[in-house]
Amino acid sequence: MSSGATLSAGAEPLQKKPSFWTPFNVISLPIMAAGLIILVIRFTQGLGSVTNLNQEFPWGFWIGFDVVTGVAFAGGAYVITFTVYVMRSRKYMPIVRVTVLNGLLAYIFYAGALVLDLGRPWNIINPIIGNDFGYNSVLFLVAWHFLLYMAAEFIEFSPVVAEWLGWRRARKILHSLTLAAVIFGVTLSTLHQSGLGALFLLAKAKIHPLWYSEFIPILFFVSSIFAGLAMIIVEGTISHRVLRDRVKMGNFDFEEIIFGLAKGAAIAMFAYYFFKLLVFLHEGHWEYLGESWGYLYLLEVGGLTLVPCILFAFGVRNRRIGIVRFAAVLTLLGVLLNRMNVSIIAFNWYVPNHYYPSWMEIVVTLMIICAEIWVFRWIVTRMPVYERSAPGPDETEAERL
Amino acid sequence: MDRRSFLKTGGAAAACAVTGKRQDQLEDPTEFVGVLVDTTRCIGCRSCEVACGMAHDLHVPDVQNDGALDEKRTTSERQWTVVNRYDTDAGEVFVKKQCMHCWQPACASACLTNAMHKTKEGPVIWRSDKCMGCRFCMVSCPFDVPKFEYDSWNPRIQKCTMCWDRLQQGQEPACVKACPTDALTFGPKRELMEIARIRIYNHPDRYVHKIYGEHEVGGTGWLYLSAVPFEQLGFRMDLGTTPYPEYTRDFLYGVPVVLFALPALLYGMRLLSDGSDSEMGPPDPRNDNP
Repeated sequence: MSSGATLSAGAEPLQKKPSFWTPFNVISLPIMAAGLIILVIRFTQGLGSVTNLNQEFPWGFWIGFDVVTGVAFAGGAYVITFTVYVMRSRKYMPIVRVTVLNGLLAYIFYAGALVLDLGRPWNIINPIIGNDFGYNSVLFLVAWHFLLYMAAEFIEFSPVVAEWLGWRRARKILHSLTLAAVIFGVTLSTLHQSGLGALFLLAKAKIHPLWYSEFIPILFFVSSIFAGLAMIIVEGTISHRVLRDRVKMGNFDFEEIIFGLAKGAAIAMFAYYFFKLLVFLHEGHWEYLGESWGYLYLLEVGGLTLVPCILFAFGVRNRRIGIVRFAAVLTLLGVLLNRMNVSIIAFNWYVPNHYYPSWMEIVVTLMIICAEIWVFRWIVTRMPVYERSAPGPDETEAERL
Repeated sequence: MDRRSFLKTGGAAAACAVTGKRQDQLEDPTEFVGVLVDTTRCIGCRSCEVACGMAHDLHVPDVQNDGALDEKRTTSERQWTVVNRYDTDAGEVFVKKQCMHCWQPACASACLTNAMHKTKEGPVIWRSDKCMGCRFCMVSCPFDVPKFEYDSWNPRIQKCTMCWDRLQQGQEPACVKACPTDALTFGPKRELMEIARIRIYNHPDRYVHKIYGEHEVGGTGWLYLSAVPFEQLGFRMDLGTTPYPEYTRDFLYGVPVVLFALPALLYGMRLLSDGSDSEMGPPDPRNDNP
């Protein structure tokens, strides 16, 4: 433990401790307090007391945004670990740790938020302990893959924790598990990212024809690739500003990494766009394009998929980092709109009284996001998430651990 | 599978092994049961609603005074069945609504704990000790039947069970027993289909030549006869004849393939990659020991 003490002591910032009352803290603390109060009401009075869910809209904002969208945004972890550990691209080594951390936290908080939405959360262990295994259920598969993927991501991140604690032997053992965890993790991601889409195959009678397709699982999988990449660009840009003194990239150029990610996103988006187009031509629902559902569809597929795809390509070609960042934000909006359309907006589209989230549902979601940022900040200010990420003299030294 | 059925199956398997008989010969031939609703006989008295409420300790409607027929209602967490009135080409028609007890239910295939369970006799029942309240059954049901108690800290899924508890005691469903006009007939689906066809055959002018539920979503336990096209009675005609579990079958079959083939592919890709990146210098030695 003595070496752990020195390591963590070395991680303390040298300058004067900044004030606790940063703008983020001032905003997030009341939100989290309000969220906790709402959750007390929710667990004592039932879901109906705080949400706008009803018999026609059993799934609302907590599933559509927190889980279905949040998991897509967390897709960066499997894409980057695939690139670094399977394709052995060293270029993205510097962001592996922070991306895996973000993925892990997203799963813990956003997929974990599923528990808040369950009517009988104490029975959540049933599909795990076998009080009955519903093998024929896509949700069974998604639940198990979430669980196993979290374990895989934890193993991927665990060397960082071991380093922080100064456990050299443990770090070595955990590090040796990384490749297996990555391969397992990429496989599980493929299955549960597409599995989230496959859930909606059973809602065939209810989802608007412009969004229902037997290819939803593949579309969800492909869109999770560029959703993840766009999230890394946006999240990385923000944390490089906010955590300027923590992020030491060595001789690495973060902009170079962003351009690389943008290139990958542009290619994945074009494949996705092309596939969307094929699905549309195959189904041939031209008659809907002239009405409001069609406009919403065109906004999603054209404005928030094709446009950012072109912007990514343009930004990479002309080395315009601002355009790439703007495209990343548009991409995230597009994926958000797509997930909301499939799970909420185009769901039961013919019902007169449509669902919209209550303010309390939104506060709870904000609470989850704030809590995740708090934990993220707590970890990156203590553990070597950014420092050891740049290969260089200290990297080779670390190899001897 | 509970312990008893596990022992039964295991015992049967052992018996097969000894006697060499195939298992399906040993299994008792259970027939699916259901209910035939003849909407031409229904007078809208709502006795079925009352009987259902009393049999299951749910809301018992005041059928004389609540004027409920004036609006289109749907089943709720307080009422497993409702009767609606439709103005059709053939005048007023009353239609009872409840769980259709599909042959291959979407809700049961959606449920990750088998809380929503298709019994081998036909009724689809809900088991509280298994359910985690995810409400995927509600999302998937093409008839929008399962209902959820949003105002309870310990909510239940509420839906018609075809009086599963009464059936086990050899009784018929409460609504069928209460019906004064024989609009409801309980029995094995095979027999119900015969009865329905005989009625259409004997009175070709009185019925449209369709039995709703014969093929819809792969067939349902509840069947309907009507004098007017079913569109006029609020039935969805766009549900198709494919059993709902089929929509996810290909995906689920693909899962084990991906689960075993993809890791091998990924490992092969890693071995193929040389790990060098011209911009970034020599390969990381750490990545070279798999």
